[in-house]
Amino acid sequence: MQEMDYILQTRGLSVYYDTKKVVTDVNLDVARNRITAIIGPSGCGKSTLLRCFNRMNDLIPTARVEGQVLFDGRDLYGPDIDPTEIRYLIGMVFQRPNPFPKSIYDNVAFGPRINGFKGDMEEVVERSLRRAALWDEVKDRLKASALALSGGQQQRLCIARALAVEPSVILMDEPCSALDPIATLAIEELMRELSEDYSIIIVTHNMQQAARVSNYTAFLMVEESRVGFLVEFGESRRIFTNPVDERTEAYITGRFG
Amino acid sequence: MARNVLSPPLGKGSKAKWRKMLPERAIAVFLFLCSFLSILTTVGIVAVLLFEAISFFTEVSFLEFITGTRWTPLFSSKQFGVLALVAGTTLTAVLAMMVALPLGLLSAIYLSEYAPSRVRNTVKPILEILAGIPTVVYGYFALLFVTPLLRGISEDISVFNALSAAIVMGLMILPMVSSLSEDAMRAVPRTLREGAYALGSTKLEVSTLVVVPAALSGIVSAFILAVSRAIGETMIVTIAAGQNPNFTLNPFVPIETMTAYIVQVSMGDTPAGSIEFKTIFAVALLLFAITLVMNLLSQYVVSRFREEYE
Repeated sequence: MQEMDYILQTRGLSVYYDTKKVVTDVNLDVARNRITAIIGPSGCGKSTLLRCFNRMNDLIPTARVEGQVLFDGRDLYGPDIDPTEIRYLIGMVFQRPNPFPKSIYDNVAFGPRINGFKGDMEEVVERSLRRAALWDEVKDRLKASALALSGGQQQRLCIARALAVEPSVILMDEPCSALDPIATLAIEELMRELSEDYSIIIVTHNMQQAARVSNYTAFLMVEESRVGFLVEFGESRRIFTNPVDERTEAYITGRFG
Repeated sequence: MARNVLSPPLGKGSKAKWRKMLPERAIAVFLFLCSFLSILTTVGIVAVLLFEAISFFTEVSFLEFITGTRWTPLFSSKQFGVLALVAGTTLTAVLAMMVALPLGLLSAIYLSEYAPSRVRNTVKPILEILAGIPTVVYGYFALLFVTPLLRGISEDISVFNALSAAIVMGLMILPMVSSLSEDAMRAVPRTLREGAYALGSTKLEVSTLVVVPAALSGIVSAFILAVSRAIGETMIVTIAAGQNPNFTLNPFVPIETMTAYIVQVSMGDTPAGSIEFKTIFAVALLLFAITLVMNLLSQYVVSRFREEYE
């Protein structure tokens, strides 16, 4: 492969819950300002792998991570790393929209506020909402409760909330799984726009979605002997048209999973 | 036809069926009477309160009762200013809440957000045991342990005083505040916490900026229930706060609460039908009205401010 600019790299990454291994020895290079999709059948550890990138697994008392995750060459699991600082730099959007039970404005302003932002908050809120393609729909009711929005709007609000702290990476954990097809298309369109300025990693069940939006695709598998190992990784165009591994081909043609 | 199933035609079969159905019917009626009994009791209590209180207010003007500040119905120069008792109740309840609210909320935050599950599973039952201690024990604890402690700090504090009773009452209510608040906080979906963590929040920020606000309706209703419990609490204030209806907000002197007054008259040799006797119904009616408003308020808060999560 040619020399590339990687923002995140994993080296021999394994994750355990108690003694159960759920991610096995993953080496993955995530390109800057590209969309990387992680696909695979249920229980293959793709969400767990995603949560290694912003140390969300730290919140699960039984989880243990082995190996390295390099963020611009710096080990995220190094001894001098503060996980809250990592999560400030690497944003996340979840499976189900999870706006706080606060106003639309306060949802977006939440991240900047806790991180001690002192500038023009209204400008940040407007810019983030515009970036998330939600501004025109909510600009007249910023003080209304975020819970009054539709599911698709709530998910775009969550994206705006993540953008407000100016992360360099956005992790998306099946961001469209709770949305209808129209809202899904809006989010996918948004992802393509965002990838000009952000590096995006998306976990998805939906192979068409991975093929539509991503530049690179990683295929994770689960077998009886091993869980969460990387089968194949490469440009999405090639993975979905000309996979090297026959297990990848079997999966993308719908023979299992 | 469906109709035949519901009402069998008259004839030989229907008699046998009726015999079968009779026990079922009887049980349904019996169960209905059981549940109706508690409603009937409530209605009866309210009726008696109203009846006696109305008879009281034919002799004493309602305005004097509700605005007067001297309460001396047991003396020869009788005055019926219930505010002296209301002040005592308010004072002890407010002081008790000043103990129970902060401690209860903090322990709920600890148990819900910070404590490892092993600690929570040990501490929570212990906290709940506190709720099972008879209030008379709390009363003597206040009088014989907390009061001497307070008097060690300052000689100006009387043997019977509102402060000691209120502190112990606060400790008694604490488990209720903490347990109900914790339940409300635990019901906040995990995904909300994760959303906050994913923006770089510390655990303290997640707890105070997301979990507590999201659980606020439950927490507020726990507080209101606790206030209404403090207002109705009887034994601790009767034993430790005194029997002097003082219209004061000074916590160091003896006072008398509405509940303690009712005890005092019920225990004494006040002849039934006398005006002294009728006072306790007027006071009880007021007490009932206050706690009823509190409970309604709590229900309103829960239904009005509850956040619906998917």
